Amino acid sequence: MKLLEPGAVVDGFVVRDCIHAGGMAHIYRVEYASGAPDPGFPMAMKIPRMTAGDGAENIVGFEVELQILPALTGPHVPRFVAAGDLHRLPYITMEYLQGHTLQHWLDASERPDEELIARLGTALAHAVHSLHQQNACHLDLKPGNVLFTHEDHAVLLDFGLSWHAHFPDLLAEEQRKAVGSPAWMAPEQVVGVRGDPRSDIFAIGVMLYELATGELPFGAPTTTGGLRQRLWMAPAPPRKHRPDLAPWLQEIILRCLEPEAARRYPSAAHLALDLAHPTQVRITERGHRTQGTPFRTHFKRWLRAAGMHYQPSPLPSRQIEETPIVMVAVPHSDVTDATLYSLREAVARSLGIRPGARLACVTVLSPSASSTSDNTRSETALHRLHHARLRQWAQPLDLTEHPVSYHVLESSDVAHALVRYAEGNHVNMMILGAATHGLQTQRFIATVPMRVARDAPCTVILVKQSLPFARLAGAS
Amino acid sequence: MKLALLSDIHSNRQALDACLQHARAHGADHFALLGDLVGYGADPAYVVQQAMDLVAAGYTVIGGNHDAFAVQPPAGTDKGAHSMAAQGALWTHEQLSPEQRSFLAHLPLTAQVGGVLLVHASAEAPENWRYVDNEIVAAECLEAATKHPGVKHVFCGHVHQQTLYYRGTGRGLMRFTPTAGVPVPVPPHRQWVGTVGSVGQPRDGDPRAMYALLDTDHWHLRFERVPYAVADAAAAILATAGALPASFAHRLEVGR
Repeated sequence: MKLLEPGAVVDGFVVRDCIHAGGMAHIYRVEYASGAPDPGFPMAMKIPRMTAGDGAENIVGFEVELQILPALTGPHVPRFVAAGDLHRLPYITMEYLQGHTLQHWLDASERPDEELIARLGTALAHAVHSLHQQNACHLDLKPGNVLFTHEDHAVLLDFGLSWHAHFPDLLAEEQRKAVGSPAWMAPEQVVGVRGDPRSDIFAIGVMLYELATGELPFGAPTTTGGLRQRLWMAPAPPRKHRPDLAPWLQEIILRCLEPEAARRYPSAAHLALDLAHPTQVRITERGHRTQGTPFRTHFKRWLRAAGMHYQPSPLPSRQIEETPIVMVAVPHSDVTDATLYSLREAVARSLGIRPGARLACVTVLSPSASSTSDNTRSETALHRLHHARLRQWAQPLDLTEHPVSYHVLESSDVAHALVRYAEGNHVNMMILGAATHGLQTQRFIATVPMRVARDAPCTVILVKQSLPFARLAGAS
Repeated sequence: MKLALLSDIHSNRQALDACLQHARAHGADHFALLGDLVGYGADPAYVVQQAMDLVAAGYTVIGGNHDAFAVQPPAGTDKGAHSMAAQGALWTHEQLSPEQRSFLAHLPLTAQVGGVLLVHASAEAPENWRYVDNEIVAAECLEAATKHPGVKHVFCGHVHQQTLYYRGTGRGLMRFTPTAGVPVPVPPHRQWVGTVGSVGQPRDGDPRAMYALLDTDHWHLRFERVPYAVADAAAAILATAGALPASFAHRLEVGR
């Protein structure tokens, strides 16, 4: 398809300037030709290159996007406006968004610092999680397909290779083949598995690696053999390229890049939680590594990969359900042992039936609790104290199988702080005491759990204190 | 055109009424019954009468194996004459008027509506009642169907499952399990085989009735699940006082 001149009219849209001329499609700014006001946001039109010389995959990719984009909602995808008939006049009109793609930070002369990498990564992980919650996987995440409207908000673009549980997968075939972009493709995609949300986690890992080091962890292979390397090869640790890189960030990146999907983050929400709370990342040997994996280890893994079978993909929504983020609000004052005990019992029961769950222990301090003049009550000292309290509270729980993190929030409005935390971290379930939450003023006591139950974006379990103590006392 | 595709009603009055009502409420302007109007359920005369009314109104009805069975139930010495289904067929036969039996006896085995081929079992040899329950049978069914000029879509019943077979980037057909109520694009530049499920006897553990709604203007296909008065349908079977086995009533309640 040749380039359209500004002013051309396509199916009721008047074409303005061309903003992207890629191998697969041209993208133009457009407005309604009738002069009707735009639908509340600026619009862009994507016209696939579909002449005889262009590959058939262009056409299928366009068809896939046509199927999936209108079904997606939320702030992390461009809003769909209209589409033209595939044979007569193929186009998709969608929301035009301004911002930088991730490529912008990769092209910069200096590598971004860890804080910025974590910030961009958190925004990206939130966007990807929103897609997975809708039972879709992107499967072609790469710097050019991630647009940041600002540093804390990412929008995903180009669903031409994507997968959605509600629609037949037009890219599937019985002889499974690799579909994706070689540099960012997950190992299971290389062997033709489509629809695993953890493939997107891998691609995020490749992008974080690029941001941190300026290098691609697996290069950009052009052969099947080159692609298959990632089934067994661990990439050089980022600290080999950038020795001063923080171990927590390397730990996160290398976990995303694990060859086996089950060893990566089980959901993008888990990844976002780690990126947003660097001090809570549990650093293993993986995070400290500065040397590549020895040849002998690679050779053993290569032998194993030769016979590797990938499990069929879980549905994205089920994968998220089975690996929830469980949050517990632990009060710190005016709280009885009975309440703390009952909360712990409730958490143990909840984690017990959800083997993939991760636990976030949260407590909310009033801002007036800290003092700038008194050293023992300085903000950091106080936070340290409460971190230690949370750890102590969690000690009796068996957390060997469950990642756990501890968070001290500051707010004068406890309910609001808890709800905001649950929203911001895609918490699936919140556990809190039914009666008290450490508020000193008696008349507010009942309203904290009620407000949380009403406003929280997730399931809320209100725990009543049920005590063996009283009965024990009676028995003795 | 919005074409409602209903199959395997199996004498279930309550399920048929619920599906027809649901389809009308969603704008259906053509109705097609894909066979097995009778068998198992307690209201064969009502269901056949509804089918006759639909044909009189210009709509489409084709025949299935249970319809043939009810016209000519197996006699005393025939193979399978003592099976539960055969006893049910004899009872069904007795419930129908001669006119209704004649209607069933003369039902066509295939029909075309707006370029869409309809058949109870596989289009490859409709009279053999082959189950379209895997990619290979679906491919044979599709090959036979697309010999009719202009046909890109074929819809079947018989298997009591909602499935859509389509061609991906490879040569063979791929299988897709739809989500109820979600429109799936089925553009005619591709070829499609759909099994629309059973109105009157769901067997996938969900007792709700199944049918599908095809929009031939936009080529969208929506598989539907419709709740209906299962208890009434089951009670009607029990009220035949043993003419139909009680297990026919219980399986409706659990959708097995």
